[in-house]
Amino acid sequence: MAATWKRKRIDLGPWAFVAPALLWTAAFFVAPFIVMAVVSLWERVGTDLIASWTFANYLKFFERGHFLQAMVNSLEVTAIVTVTSIVLAYPFAWIIAEKVPARWQRLALVLAILPFWTSYVVRSYSWLLVLANNGIINQALLGIGLVDEPLDLANSRTATVIGFVHFFVMLLTLTIYANLVQLSPNYRKAAADLGAGPLRTFWHVVLPLTLPGIMVGAFLTFVLCIGDYITPQVLGGNNELLMPQVIMLQIGRRADFPTASALAILLMIVVTIAYLGFARWIRLERA
Amino acid sequence: MTKQVRKTKLKNAVLGVLLSSVVLAPLSAQATEELNALVWCDHTDPALIEPFEKKFDVKVNLKEYEGTGAALAIVEQSQPGDWDVFVIDGVDVPRAIDADLLAPLPADALPMDDIFPALRMEANHVRDGKTYAVSEKFGYNTISFNKAKVDPVDMEDMTVLWSSDKYKGKIAVYDYYLPVMGMVAVGLGKKTADLSGADLPEIKDTLFKIKDNAKLVGEVVASQTALATGEVDILVGGGEWVTAGLSADNPDLDWILPKQGGMRWSQSIGVFKDSKRKELATEFVKYILSPEGQAKLATSSCYWAMPANSKAEAQLTDQQKTALRWSDQESYIANSQLYPAPDAKLDAEMQDVWTEFLQH
Repeated sequence: MAATWKRKRIDLGPWAFVAPALLWTAAFFVAPFIVMAVVSLWERVGTDLIASWTFANYLKFFERGHFLQAMVNSLEVTAIVTVTSIVLAYPFAWIIAEKVPARWQRLALVLAILPFWTSYVVRSYSWLLVLANNGIINQALLGIGLVDEPLDLANSRTATVIGFVHFFVMLLTLTIYANLVQLSPNYRKAAADLGAGPLRTFWHVVLPLTLPGIMVGAFLTFVLCIGDYITPQVLGGNNELLMPQVIMLQIGRRADFPTASALAILLMIVVTIAYLGFARWIRLERA
Repeated sequence: MTKQVRKTKLKNAVLGVLLSSVVLAPLSAQATEELNALVWCDHTDPALIEPFEKKFDVKVNLKEYEGTGAALAIVEQSQPGDWDVFVIDGVDVPRAIDADLLAPLPADALPMDDIFPALRMEANHVRDGKTYAVSEKFGYNTISFNKAKVDPVDMEDMTVLWSSDKYKGKIAVYDYYLPVMGMVAVGLGKKTADLSGADLPEIKDTLFKIKDNAKLVGEVVASQTALATGEVDILVGGGEWVTAGLSADNPDLDWILPKQGGMRWSQSIGVFKDSKRKELATEFVKYILSPEGQAKLATSSCYWAMPANSKAEAQLTDQQKTALRWSDQESYIANSQLYPAPDAKLDAEMQDVWTEFLQH
């Protein structure tokens, strides 16, 4: 009995180490989440918040076409951004890992993530100027005679996607690069010994082994992109609304925190479903 | 821990406290009092605020908002007494009085007789013989345009915005549902004061047609930038508040009240009932309503618009008065209607229509 008691006391040790993290999570995630879940069941009547228990705010999402459309828009934009970012980031990461001499790789990475150092909002407004009718892209296209009229690039979904991709290519480059440099050269040598060419080696050996890096980056891109308000608000020109914009409209214009909370929880459910899809590649334990 | 280490740490702590008090003391000595004001962005111009701060040795803390709903949400989330001065849309003053937010003002100490008659708005500002707010600035939500790119004659008829595609892709819409929906209602021959839910389907259809012609829908900065940079040539819901400040640099930027009329907006200023510094807050109201304060507010860096005090004319230059169309005010006031002032139900319905318009 005494030995059991002693063992229990010793087992408390690890809890002491994780207690700060647990407290932090409880205070800044669990508690606000519970408050949000409770408020999502309340009602806004006139200027008053009524503490009722109703799923009316959730039903609104399915009844009102513009809410549902916002979710569809968010998923479409996020899917386009994630796929485009992977396609652009992979060769970028591969060039840094394989073609840049080891002593220059750190500098190449710093250069790759340099745009991270500027303010997110400033970067979005900069894109607005670059993509504008009289911006550098349209002026260049007009100058070399490729187009007769400026292209409608700014204030559109295209602009939103470009703004996002610029940001997330950097993130994905880092996660894919981290995966590529850990890959032992012996895999490629073995594939070559067995007669595989460079393309076949990449397709059957390198790509599958770097899937975890791609998927971790893709999941981060998905989460950050679907929850972002600034980029679509600045670059989209309000020509379509994404979920974070619709949530902000409920708060900023109507002070309707219950509907905003319900929409935020629905967005979290979508992110959770995405996590489950990505989960097999996002294992934190070491092999 | 040894005695020596403890002693050293104590010494460092005392030094730290002394140092921070030396560094922070001058900062806290900069102003003996603070005033908290909930305002539209035009009040944040230092040229407007600094003279008052210097005269009364006070720091004015300004919180910007857009839309009365947002302001009321901020007040709801604050403690009583947090806010001293409230700048609010003229049509929404009754809501603030109903919510028991405002304190009566000493009307006899304010330049009430100098306020343009149409801006006195006693029905909104006065309750049971007590004045709760005073108009400080007004203007129009109508059509701003670049006259180098757009035929000014076309802009005299508001229906060109939705009945033809002549300016398709060259139109921006100001992202504020009340003035733009009110303006469309006026264009359809409706009275904004009589708007009801039955009017919304027609307004919605017209908004959708405008959206089909529009390049973007943006808040103040985005829509103003779009017009100034040539991204668009017409701003629906614009007015002197968009173009007057830019006209010195680009005289092609102009605005007009079409023949159907437009929306007249006005903003009012009052003192919060729970303010702990009512006297100082009232002095701030007096300063803003003085000819000097009115001229600075009218030409604020955030947006220009007409001062409510007619005596401000003497403080403005000819260029400023031309940009504000001072001499047209009589006919403009007569041909404009106030913002819609919907009840909570209609307001929610209008916001739903606006969200659909954004999503269209």
